[in-house]
Amino acid sequence: MEKMSRVTTALSSNTISGRTMFCHLDAPANAISVCRDATQVVVAGRNIFKIYSLEEEQFVEKLNLRVGRKPSLNFSCADVMWHQMEENLLATAATNGAVVTWNLGKPSRNKQDQLFTEHKRTVNKVCFHPTEVYMLLSGSQDGFMKCFDLRKKESVSTFSGQSESVRDVQFSMKDYFTFAASFENGNVQLWDIRRPDRYERMFTAHTGPVFCCDWHPDDRGWLATGGRDKMVKVWDMTTNRAKEIYCVQTIASVARVKWRPERKFHLATCSMMVDHNIYVWDIRRPFIPFATFEEHKDVTTGIVWRHQHDPDFLLSGSKDSTLYQHMFKDATRPVDKANPEGLCFGLLGDLAFAAKESLISSDANRKPYPGGDRRYPIFFFKKPDQTEQFAHVSSALSVFETDLDSNRMDWFVKTAQLYLLSGKPFAELCDHNAKVAQELKRPQVSTTWTMLRIMFSDPANLPAPGLNHNLIKPGTLPLMSSFSMKEMGSGIGTESRLERSKGDSRQDNSHLEPGNSHISNNNEENEETEGSEGQAEYMFGDAELDDDDLYSMEHDNQTEEPEYTLPQEAFQLRHEIMDNPSAPEHLQQDKADSPHVSGNEAEVTCLTPIESFSLISISQPLFSPHLPASFFCPIVREMLSYYAEQGDVQMAVSVLIVLGDRIRKAIDDLTQEHWYMSYIDLLQRFELWNVSNEVIKLSTCSAITCLNQTSTTLHINCSNCKRPMSNKGWICDRCHQCASVCAVCHHVVKGLFVWCQGCSHGGHLEHMMNWLKSSAHCPAGCGHLCEYT
Amino acid sequence: MRHAVAPTQNVENTSFAVTNLLKICTHCERLSKKDLGVRIPRPLGNGPSRFIPEKEILQVSKVDTRTQSIFEDAFAALGRLDNISLVMGFHPQYLESFLRTQHYLLQMDGPLPLHYRHYIGIMAAARHQCSYLVNLHVNDFLQVGGDPKWLNGLDEAPQKLQQLGELNKILAHRPWLLTKEHMEHLLKAEENSWSLAELIHAVVLLTHYHSLASFTFGCGITPEIHSDGGHTFRPPSLSQYCVCDIANGNGHANHHDNLLSDHDMCGEVEVLMERMKQLQECRDDEEASQEEMATRFEREKTESMLVVTAEDEECVPSRDISRHFEDPSYGYKDFSRRGEHVPTFRAQDYSWEDHGFSLVNRLYPDVGQMLDEKFQMAYNLTYNTMATHKDVDTSMLRRAIWNYIHCMFGIRYDDYDYGEINQLLDRSFKIYIKTMVCSPEKTTKRMYESFWRQFQHSEKVHVNLLLMEARMQAELLYALRAITRYMT
Repeated sequence: MEKMSRVTTALSSNTISGRTMFCHLDAPANAISVCRDATQVVVAGRNIFKIYSLEEEQFVEKLNLRVGRKPSLNFSCADVMWHQMEENLLATAATNGAVVTWNLGKPSRNKQDQLFTEHKRTVNKVCFHPTEVYMLLSGSQDGFMKCFDLRKKESVSTFSGQSESVRDVQFSMKDYFTFAASFENGNVQLWDIRRPDRYERMFTAHTGPVFCCDWHPDDRGWLATGGRDKMVKVWDMTTNRAKEIYCVQTIASVARVKWRPERKFHLATCSMMVDHNIYVWDIRRPFIPFATFEEHKDVTTGIVWRHQHDPDFLLSGSKDSTLYQHMFKDATRPVDKANPEGLCFGLLGDLAFAAKESLISSDANRKPYPGGDRRYPIFFFKKPDQTEQFAHVSSALSVFETDLDSNRMDWFVKTAQLYLLSGKPFAELCDHNAKVAQELKRPQVSTTWTMLRIMFSDPANLPAPGLNHNLIKPGTLPLMSSFSMKEMGSGIGTESRLERSKGDSRQDNSHLEPGNSHISNNNEENEETEGSEGQAEYMFGDAELDDDDLYSMEHDNQTEEPEYTLPQEAFQLRHEIMDNPSAPEHLQQDKADSPHVSGNEAEVTCLTPIESFSLISISQPLFSPHLPASFFCPIVREMLSYYAEQGDVQMAVSVLIVLGDRIRKAIDDLTQEHWYMSYIDLLQRFELWNVSNEVIKLSTCSAITCLNQTSTTLHINCSNCKRPMSNKGWICDRCHQCASVCAVCHHVVKGLFVWCQGCSHGGHLEHMMNWLKSSAHCPAGCGHLCEYT
Repeated sequence: MRHAVAPTQNVENTSFAVTNLLKICTHCERLSKKDLGVRIPRPLGNGPSRFIPEKEILQVSKVDTRTQSIFEDAFAALGRLDNISLVMGFHPQYLESFLRTQHYLLQMDGPLPLHYRHYIGIMAAARHQCSYLVNLHVNDFLQVGGDPKWLNGLDEAPQKLQQLGELNKILAHRPWLLTKEHMEHLLKAEENSWSLAELIHAVVLLTHYHSLASFTFGCGITPEIHSDGGHTFRPPSLSQYCVCDIANGNGHANHHDNLLSDHDMCGEVEVLMERMKQLQECRDDEEASQEEMATRFEREKTESMLVVTAEDEECVPSRDISRHFEDPSYGYKDFSRRGEHVPTFRAQDYSWEDHGFSLVNRLYPDVGQMLDEKFQMAYNLTYNTMATHKDVDTSMLRRAIWNYIHCMFGIRYDDYDYGEINQLLDRSFKIYIKTMVCSPEKTTKRMYESFWRQFQHSEKVHVNLLLMEARMQAELLYALRAITRYMT
């Protein structure tokens, strides 16, 4: 094996050459081993036991050791090892508990040499001593390790692990007498071959079985272990206590581990289940494999470096019945595909950016990041790898802080807290939310809410026409683009701002002067003077489709009946909508919408359509006045997607919840779920637990609502002995007292328990409420003046 | 054991009120009439098990603190202390592990919704006509908000669960027939497809309840009469079985006078111990050839088939429970009786420790660990006693039982000499094992009593635990192997 002692001659000048190649075996392999001069490989498995020679271009079958008409279970190998001193000597571990040696020098067809049947259970591993010709060690499922002298008929010594099944045994490379054994219960033991009575040292290396171990070929004290817990650990055994110096986390349980020759920090692993690749790790960089061989189609069961001084050839056998020779140069290097840059936003808009150091330094003098005013470059360096051409692993981390004021997320928090998502009729919710948005100076959002109300409200319950009337009186037909605001309530129109929302999650609020000035792309299209009379106008940098459509409809009506004033038409139109019985939203609208809309909100209602109206051409096709609310669904869907894409997932989710069934079917579940998840995540980052919980509760996605069902455990301490209560909420298993007794009725409280934070007495919620109605003092009689709010 | 409505009992259907749901047999009717017309739920047998005299079973009030706390935990978690737990209370270490696993499977975070879990439990238990478990979980199922309509039969359940029926069937009776195509069918079914994690969860649940059904029958667990409420307060859908049907066999007043005189069996334990000793000693000098070993396995395998279980007439289970599964006639078919050759499952090639665990733990974290602990606990549990003898190494016997069960499922251990089984397990014991593992509903008190007559009840329960876990592992191995093959 590749890790045998250096007594052997060093690699002669050009002995090994070859390419990545493979051959089909007849049956799955369990283990492979190479002979010392790296020219032949033996493959062993349940139904295969063959020797192949490694030619330049191919594997050539040399010998089939599995002879006989009906081969016995002794041929069913769990492990095989080729002696590194004696070319003709092989040992196998059979699944039935036999240890068999084979002498290739025998003239007969059956090369079986010795048969030891001392183990009671499957033998998992055999290992020849690296320098001693006749010494063979075996480790078995029965928990014993046995040392055989091949000149004798039976074992010379037996080592009892005193614990569980032995999974691997390995002689130390450097210490003549030492061997390591790994166990199914997670332990690793070190033994002195001369002292079979007791192990020298034992430590727990893994949780669950340790499937394999391997001594470092050069470094005396390093032992690598791999376990079912998906870890590879490197232990320094030179100190008194075995010290874990490296740890690699893989993705599947580790079946084999082999140090790479001539490379101090490299080792190869393959896994027991699920994952079929062979990885070569640089243990100093445990997060990404240094190289990967991906040829096998089923789990790899045996790996071995072809020559103990050549790091470029790896042989592997697999359950997919193939034997591979991998050339290191043909390996895939995951690090090349890995994205070397990392980017992450902090909660408050900070930005962290990590990249290869070379990238950053070459660009060191670039202008500061646009959004940030400070820059903190932090550099991490790793020692460059001298021995191997591993990708340069130094990277730089820069953190950009944002200007505190420009990108405040206050609006998000406030909005989240103030929005009403349920509990009131639809129209009221919309109005309320519109008001909230308005107060937070987010007119686009506010307008959207208002429009939603218009679109989806039950027409019968809309505000009385008079209410609208005072708002939209004067619009004469050709001048629709500019709307007179004169008639508006005097106190209302004063808050005149034009806000341009860039459609960003953070608003770049550019406040324009009140008055006539309008900066908008769309203004150019207006033929009429803008806002000549109006004091306020709301402009939308990104005109929204729904605005257009909505308004175009009203506009059409106007063209037909020019005499009418706008509000009345709007009202009529709504009536017609109501007449349409198929409108699905009626189903939900069981409660009558409140007709009371404050003038403030109503103002917005009308402003928006008017403003938007200016954006469309009059030649729009006519719409039937019979518009069911479902007519708007595609538009609203687009709008929600727009908001979500712009980063304002809050809006998307809030609208989704408020609209409920009106819109739900128009948007596919996955998108909804995605929005919910993002919003909940945001809320939780801002520690808005209540809001997030409300959102979860109100959501209609099953995947979201079930979030509330997870991790609902609450850990409590016993009120008597102050120790944690294990499983039951109401009885302590330490002091056997009922822990939570109601101070009023003295019964155990199972369920809601309310207690005073001052004196910590409490009881049934109802009892406490009643008690504190009549008395100010604590019912327990402690004299504390409890308060129940 | 009989099926829910035993034909010999003169079942008389008395319809109640709106539904025809509540059936009651004459016996129970008589009981209720005695009570001045007031229907008072009555315990059927004495104590939690029909096989074990009540006085043998631990009294909840008299157990040691450890068992006490386990019982308390169980009670707190479920709001009940079922008879299964009471009987398992003989072996508190195991019980703890068992309850933890079961609690996790049913209540804690997992890929399947709660009502699905209980429904799968019902499906699995119904496969063995174990009305005890079915009723238990029908209750739980409704409690966690399951749709009562589903209980009318598998056809009313969602398509997704219906698809599981096939797996349930094969897994329960002939797990060796499982192929990756079965898994593919479940995993690739368009909109009703299962995810891998869900499938693992379902498989673990199915195997858990199949084996638990074995235990329930094997120990003759009786349904509990809840102290307050009783069965009359259950929602109507629960009361479709008359209580004595639930008892599932042997009828009520089955007071077996201990007609089996013990005198001819004396020395049974001694003989067994002597054999174990011999096996241990002479093991080395008489080394059987490999061929011999192979034939021994085959022989044991075929012999296990000849062990005829009780009455072999194909009995179609009653409709009540059978509506939870399809194809009621599908039962355990002996491993290679019909000449259909199924390759032997080599334990060394796919073992729980190496392969099964890794797969389960990957897809359903923590459960792998718990199952692993539970298997180990069951396999290694010993008090070093046999009947009245102390300080006996029973590992050989336990291994024989374990491997015998796996042998019936066609799982072979290369490193085991199946000749040992013949030496250690006598015929009546084999009959019991075979019945319990393959068609538990046929277990009778007589079987329970006729094996190991001198052993204590706690030891028989111990045997039952072994049987149950070995069966579960065998089923799991087949299912997991099929999933692994699907994945590669």
